[in-house]
Amino acid sequence: MQKSIEYDYSIAKLFVFTTLLFGAIALLVGVVIAFQMAFPSLNYLASEYGTFGRLRPLHTNGVIYGFTLSGIWAGWYYFGQRVLKISYAEHPFLKFVGYAHFATYIVVMILAVITLLGGLTQSKEYAELIWPIDFLVVITWVLWGISLFGSMGVRREKTIYASLWYFIATFIGIATLYIFNNLSVPTYLISGVGSVWHSISLYSGTNDAMIQWWWGHNAVAFVFTTGIIGLIYYFLPKESGQPIFSYKLTLFSFWALMFVYIWAGGHHLIYSTTPDWVQTLGSVFSVILILPSWGTGINMLLTMRGQWHQLRESPIIKFMVLASTFYLFTTLEGPIQSIKSVNALAHFTDWIIGHVHDAALGWVGFMIIAGTYHMVPRIFKREIYSKKIIDAQFWVMTIGIILYFSSMWISGITQGMMWRDTDEYGVLSYQFIDTVLALIPYYIIRGIGGLMYLIGFVMFIYNILMTMTAGRLLEEEPKYATPMAS
Amino acid sequence: MFGWLERNPFFFSLAFVFVFSIAGLVEILPGFAKTARPLEGLRPYSVLETAGRQVYIEEGCYNCHSQLVRPFKAETDRYGPYSLSGEYAYDRPFLWGSKRTGPDLHRVGDNRSTDWHDYHMWDPTSVVPGSIMPAYKHLYKNNADFETAYAEAYTQKVVFAVPYDIEGGVKLGDIQMAKELFYQEAEKIVADMKNEQVKEAFQKGEIKKIVALIAYLNSLGQSRMAPKGE
Repeated sequence: MQKSIEYDYSIAKLFVFTTLLFGAIALLVGVVIAFQMAFPSLNYLASEYGTFGRLRPLHTNGVIYGFTLSGIWAGWYYFGQRVLKISYAEHPFLKFVGYAHFATYIVVMILAVITLLGGLTQSKEYAELIWPIDFLVVITWVLWGISLFGSMGVRREKTIYASLWYFIATFIGIATLYIFNNLSVPTYLISGVGSVWHSISLYSGTNDAMIQWWWGHNAVAFVFTTGIIGLIYYFLPKESGQPIFSYKLTLFSFWALMFVYIWAGGHHLIYSTTPDWVQTLGSVFSVILILPSWGTGINMLLTMRGQWHQLRESPIIKFMVLASTFYLFTTLEGPIQSIKSVNALAHFTDWIIGHVHDAALGWVGFMIIAGTYHMVPRIFKREIYSKKIIDAQFWVMTIGIILYFSSMWISGITQGMMWRDTDEYGVLSYQFIDTVLALIPYYIIRGIGGLMYLIGFVMFIYNILMTMTAGRLLEEEPKYATPMAS
Repeated sequence: MFGWLERNPFFFSLAFVFVFSIAGLVEILPGFAKTARPLEGLRPYSVLETAGRQVYIEEGCYNCHSQLVRPFKAETDRYGPYSLSGEYAYDRPFLWGSKRTGPDLHRVGDNRSTDWHDYHMWDPTSVVPGSIMPAYKHLYKNNADFETAYAEAYTQKVVFAVPYDIEGGVKLGDIQMAKELFYQEAEKIVADMKNEQVKEAFQKGEIKKIVALIAYLNSLGQSRMAPKGE
């Protein structure tokens, strides 16, 4: 028997708090911009700082880098120690690095909010931050890298657990792509006049678009996908007490995903001015991407084989299983949208927005929520405050997602069909504004769906905060299923 | 082999980098020089247009408007000739957008006029009933940033060899000269506008952001391909 190690959760705790905080802010902004599309007067809530154009990057950055990265890092600082059999208590340097990582991250997030609302932006989607902040982002990322590889360097466990393969992929993938996409020339340094915050991209036009979507697509790949797979590969077996279904499938889907994902960026540029063969490659590899994605999804679901009764007993398992199901759903939907003829209809429409939210709300959001519910009782040594709230929250959020994606499906396809519709003489049937007006009912439904998800998230925050402060104390750490009061 | 990699994070990372780099090398590098070539006769943005482009970016217009006409009949009927790679050669960054909540703007200069934009930015529903676009009244209050726009154009010229100051092309000159041209160009836009506030400010020597933005929107279209030269 090995001696048990006293793990140090001080850094994980901080990231749990930011998961809650940034999650709430990002979702709230999301709900506001969703309703702005149905009720334009909502654009004037905060003078020029509250328009859709300024808030939308705040929403996307908040969800990707605020909520999701916080969730991934909370997971890392929680189970990184456990799968490597180390404790930050015995490694003050790693603990310091963890704190420094958190501190720089917070500074970046604060600066991001200020600059984005102020209109200081590079305008590249999910890479909007201006060049001085990019340097801070790099420092934050390097600190995480030191923590990641430093912890592996002092590990007691021989092999690196599958979750950490995915974290390595997240670390290197994002680092490479982020740096290449953000290479730019600050104009003040060249000319000596104007704003010091302003820079122009090193690439122009079509090349810039290539690099941007190579990045933009893979911000999804290496934050939303590999980061969250990292979480589920730890939390699902741990919570359910079941070993992962297949090691070989894990291996296959990991290396295949790593090879294939990066090719698919080209599917954002179908029918654009990028070379035709790049578009075709992007399209073909997007379809191939089904294989490794479904490999992971099926591996997760089969981990629960013979254990489906847990779905009834544990709402945390419910969140994880639905997250995996949404992963399967999203990774089927994406390839379908990448087929050229479908893309011709779907591109530039709300269907794409719907697709992204299937992943962000269903897969990413549910997995982080489930992970947090698993971690918090072990970090604070308390029972979860209320199982009923988790259950209610689950249904409120699930219905929210369904409203969201179904309205966006209909709205997107309607939009695409109306844009291309012609009368018997080949004349366009609709003015652009007609297509906008037709969508307003769906925008309202979408807004309600988003609002329900936000309400569920507030219930989640309440439940977590009550667990931390009022949950019944646990004498010893639960092995598998997380204990919760009715 | 995989068992060995899982015990050696360093080599694991190397293996990852190898597997992950192939796509980038194959997809991105070969086309790079070719797709960056400007279309013959393409003129760069004037300083006023550049200032307008900065306003466009600042307000996040790209979140709702694309600048990419795809080669479909429905799109060329609605917006104009489809977009060509060479038209974007001086666009840093590119502004294709990813969602059309509003119409595509790549050819907007060909089919909308200064006073249309003037009404539209002040109150979108006045020209497009039912529009869900916000009004941009603060652009009529705040001044355009000449210096940053000049800095951008200057950098384009010096670092990226964008052809300013060629015969019959767009003039940049030194900062004094650029400022004069900036005013001359703005004067024409202001003359076509109806907004009194903007006209008065111009008399006092101020150029509002809206003027620059309209200059930029007017530049989007086929006309950028033929040198304007005056």
